[in-house]
Amino acid sequence: MREFAYEAVTDPEGAVALVAADPDACFLAGGTNLVDHLKLGVASPRRVVDVSRLPLASIVAGDDGVRIGANARNSDVALHPRVQADLTVLSRALLAGASPQIRNQATTAGNLLQRTRCVYFQDVTTACNKRAPGSGCSAREGYGHHNAVLGGSESCVAVYPGDMAVALTALDATVVVLGPDGERRVPVEELHRLPGDRPDRDTTLAHGELIVGVEVPWLPDGSRSAYHKVRDRAAFAFALASVAGVLRLDGGAVTELRLAWGGVAHKPWRARQAEEALIGRPLDEASVHAAVDLELAAAAAGPANAYKLALLRNVTWLVLRDLAGEGAR
Amino acid sequence: MGARLQIEIGLTVDGAERRLLVDTRSTLLDALRDRLGVTSPKKGCDHGQCGSCTVLLDGRRHLTCLTLAAAADGREVVTAAGIGPDHGRGGLHPVQQAFLRHDALQCGYCTPGQVCSAVGMLAEAAAEEVTLDDAEIRERMSGNLCRCGAYVNILAALRDVARSEGTG
Amino acid sequence: MSSVGSPLLRVDGQQKVTGEATYTMDHHTADPLHGWLVQSTVAKGRVTAVHADRALEHGGVVSVIDHTNAPRLADTDDLELAVLQGDRVRFRGQVVACVLAETPEAARHGAELVRVEYDEEAADVAFREAAATLRPDELDPDNDADTMQGDVEAALADAAHVVDQTYRTPFEHNNPMEPHATLAHWHGDPDSDEGHVLTVCTSTQSVHGVAASLARILGIDAGKIRVVASYVGGGFGSKGLPHCHDAVAVLAARTTGGRPVKLAVTRQQMFALTGYRTATIQRVRLGADQDGRLTAIDHRSLEQTSTSKQFVEESALVTRSMYAAGSRRTSHRVALLDVAVPSWMRAPGEMPGAYALESAMDELAVVLGIDPVELRIRNDTQTDPESGKPFSSRRLVECLRLGAERFGWSRRDARPGASRDGDWLVGLGMAAASYPANVFPGNRATVRALEPGRFVVEIGAVDIGTGAWTVLGQIAAAALGAEPDDVEMRIGDTSYPKASVAGGSSGTASWGTAITSAVAAFRKEHGDDPHPGDETTADAERSSDLEHYATHSYGAHFVEARVHRLTGEVRVPRMLGVFSAGRVVNPVTARSQFIGAMTMGLSAALLEESWRDPRYGHVVTQDLATYHVAAHADVRDLEAVWLDEDDFRVTPMGARGIGEIGIVGSPAAVANAVHHATGIRIRDLPITPDKLLARFDG
Repeated sequence: MREFAYEAVTDPEGAVALVAADPDACFLAGGTNLVDHLKLGVASPRRVVDVSRLPLASIVAGDDGVRIGANARNSDVALHPRVQADLTVLSRALLAGASPQIRNQATTAGNLLQRTRCVYFQDVTTACNKRAPGSGCSAREGYGHHNAVLGGSESCVAVYPGDMAVALTALDATVVVLGPDGERRVPVEELHRLPGDRPDRDTTLAHGELIVGVEVPWLPDGSRSAYHKVRDRAAFAFALASVAGVLRLDGGAVTELRLAWGGVAHKPWRARQAEEALIGRPLDEASVHAAVDLELAAAAAGPANAYKLALLRNVTWLVLRDLAGEGAR
Repeated sequence: MGARLQIEIGLTVDGAERRLLVDTRSTLLDALRDRLGVTSPKKGCDHGQCGSCTVLLDGRRHLTCLTLAAAADGREVVTAAGIGPDHGRGGLHPVQQAFLRHDALQCGYCTPGQVCSAVGMLAEAAAEEVTLDDAEIRERMSGNLCRCGAYVNILAALRDVARSEGTG
Repeated sequence: MSSVGSPLLRVDGQQKVTGEATYTMDHHTADPLHGWLVQSTVAKGRVTAVHADRALEHGGVVSVIDHTNAPRLADTDDLELAVLQGDRVRFRGQVVACVLAETPEAARHGAELVRVEYDEEAADVAFREAAATLRPDELDPDNDADTMQGDVEAALADAAHVVDQTYRTPFEHNNPMEPHATLAHWHGDPDSDEGHVLTVCTSTQSVHGVAASLARILGIDAGKIRVVASYVGGGFGSKGLPHCHDAVAVLAARTTGGRPVKLAVTRQQMFALTGYRTATIQRVRLGADQDGRLTAIDHRSLEQTSTSKQFVEESALVTRSMYAAGSRRTSHRVALLDVAVPSWMRAPGEMPGAYALESAMDELAVVLGIDPVELRIRNDTQTDPESGKPFSSRRLVECLRLGAERFGWSRRDARPGASRDGDWLVGLGMAAASYPANVFPGNRATVRALEPGRFVVEIGAVDIGTGAWTVLGQIAAAALGAEPDDVEMRIGDTSYPKASVAGGSSGTASWGTAITSAVAAFRKEHGDDPHPGDETTADAERSSDLEHYATHSYGAHFVEARVHRLTGEVRVPRMLGVFSAGRVVNPVTARSQFIGAMTMGLSAALLEESWRDPRYGHVVTQDLATYHVAAHADVRDLEAVWLDEDDFRVTPMGARGIGEIGIVGSPAAVANAVHHATGIRIRDLPITPDKLLARFDG
């Protein structure tokens, strides 16, 4: 771990100014991902700007939705009464992530910005275009169990590992970002990017931009939401695949549907083609499978990760079936 | 660069005020163990994947291996050594007593972390007004790995404590 | 009155629940230097240069030790321990340098700054069936690689029913919660006449074993080395033998002018440096008559080992004594690869071997339409099939019957896939288990009288979580006719008499025998009314019956598995183990060991796999987030019970070992339950959702 200067800041603008001015600087919040990477040699900043004491931890429920401060801890968000009651998918996704200790320390912004758990990204002795641009991708022909099945590129097949962002994607949330020139709002769906030939860039944020909050609109009346995560260990494991769903049925037909998939792409994957195929139609297993297959037409999987296609098909059905209230549990 | 590569911090550890100079790279775990000689929290993986280093930080269960010591300035740490009455000088915490009764440990290396995590869990459940049934306890303790496989006995111990506290 | 058999609570419990028990890295030592290992990034070749300049410029770094400047070892035959003695790289991750620094932070960064150049050679790191052709000289230890009785091929050809399947088990890592660590301190000249010149605190299952190994490689008398391991955070075999970090720490501490060296192996480094269980490919052929009686058993195991050290997993060993059959054959073949050194992992051999054998038995039961419990009962034997010896005690059938009764086995519908609960397919499976009752030679103990009625008992045993502190005190108290509180046990230090390894489920039996012998000798020498300070040291008196009987523990596992029909997730709501392990000295700690091993078996069945990248040569799932071991949520209603019995042919306490039997057979029981739930037979561990999803219809 390289030596670095540590500075705790007291105002967001100051934090942004410090990091924006120094290409070797980075933000520190809960530390659950950055400290891990400092030890692995994946991150080697010269300056660490601690934003964890900025007054950005509030969770405020308003008429239009809830505004979650960047420093709100995962456990506090998950257990907020309005989040639990009205944004089930978000609460469930948070509680499905990591461990209770990590949820107590990880922040909302930090959770959004967590980096892939691809084993090669975390092993500095191997080639990885995300960590060392141009060095090659070890995952494509290597340990492929978690590799992306959607949106991967020649240079990277890493998956975004988080759960919360998948729920936020299904909730059409907006990320509030503070930069040197002031605030801007980014739909969460546009926060993370596909790897293309720049897998080193996880997000569309510029260096020095700081997430200060997330705005989550309430669900449309009559809609329900759910999150289902599949993992091999029963707890404390990243998703093999996960599905966040928002559903409203009127007279047996789908009138509101949002689907986001986790663990299958470099970003939370909004399954818009599948949504469109199901809108206005009755919900049954065959039509859900057909809709998912439409979305998966562009999928690319090998022997090690082809199971994710079956999972997406089955779990999307499971989530929608249960939301529709038909399912046996 | 004029950077501060060392930083002075203050911590309250098991009731005692401590001041120390730390390398900015030091984790809270290493600062506790190597600088202060507080070896109750253990290093099992150093990457937040096992829970052996769990303490209560300002009352909440927390992984010290993923916390920079510098970022913990001014905070209160309670380890398994000081979790009992009177910062551990007054005997064992009910969770620790239950661990002994149910043989909820073998090698003991993960145990201080399990104990701190369990105490944190009980407080969380009380705050949430949640009943800790077996499934809840298992899920909520899953951040603490035990390779000896004492889970069954840890569950029995925590079921006992939860019932006596009225949260189970 | 006897303290043996009583449910005494763990005497070291209080130190453990507070965290005050001192594991290796918890020892305070004045003015230490911190070591950090530098590992090779090639799998085979030669180190051509170690550039230490940038590391040495870093504040706090004191020195960088590599093969050019490390002190020389006297004996380099053991290539795993012969660290930094030459430029040869034999596997990826091998130690090529060690940085010493004033702080752990500086040492870690120093290690990052060391640049090593290699002359890389093509390495052979992939375990392929075709390459496993070498017949090992012997297994670990004293067992032949191959055995054969009768004419297996003819018997198979004549059999009414044959099962012929191949089972695969993955690389697995022990992953005790306490990473390996060593604190080494030279405080004298090895050529001098003073006592200890080297003190080593290390996380080991055998203090005397470490002392002997270090003495050999250093070329000094073992009596000059003191090895201490008061508390050890699990081992599961990986701390049974010293590994390279012990040698590095001792060598590094030789260069510091007397300052101690603290060296911790990181979790990631453990995947290359502290042993693992090899993957296996096992073909099992069973031939049976119409009634399900086995006429032929053929069990052939293909494995790999390292060019540095040839440890062979004795996977077919369990088959040699499990069931009767007139014609039988077992064999082991290995591939020698340029890979990390494999070693012991809980029930080495029996664990993967019983998975294969007991899966095949389940397949045979399906083919025959015979209940799997009944099939095993029909093939029980009261004579060890290969040696022809009688068993000291063999009560497998009682384990099977008791387990079936307690588990509600009779309510099981034999048809696979018949039971469903919502999206969950529910199945029941079982498997049998056996593990040798080892009593190792080379144990002695000291008994010393304190004030009247109080005693000290010393033996260089180690408690790795088994409960040895507690159980040995009970054995000593029973032998002395004292209360456990009146016996002060001293273990975990080579200052105490020689003891064998805490491994092979041998500890209680081997050390307990020595203590019993020492007490008898003490009474003979000092009578029933000894003076304070009277003491006797005596060797264990080995039971002569051990030569005349086959000695094993037995078990029967019963598992309920639920498989989600949409996700392929497997959950195990119920697991029962019934064991026959001789007299249980302490039911509290014994139960913990049984259920702990069953938990590890469940973990192996569903989760554990180390994935070695064939291009690089090292395991890339090298942490606890990517190498999954069971968490709380995976372990539900899991229970162990045992037969009330004793086996005085094995030990004077009537006890046999218990540490490993729980992991033998339990993975097969899970696999068999998954088959019963789904009709899908998974023949390669672990049983993960991807494998089941690939086999689901549609």
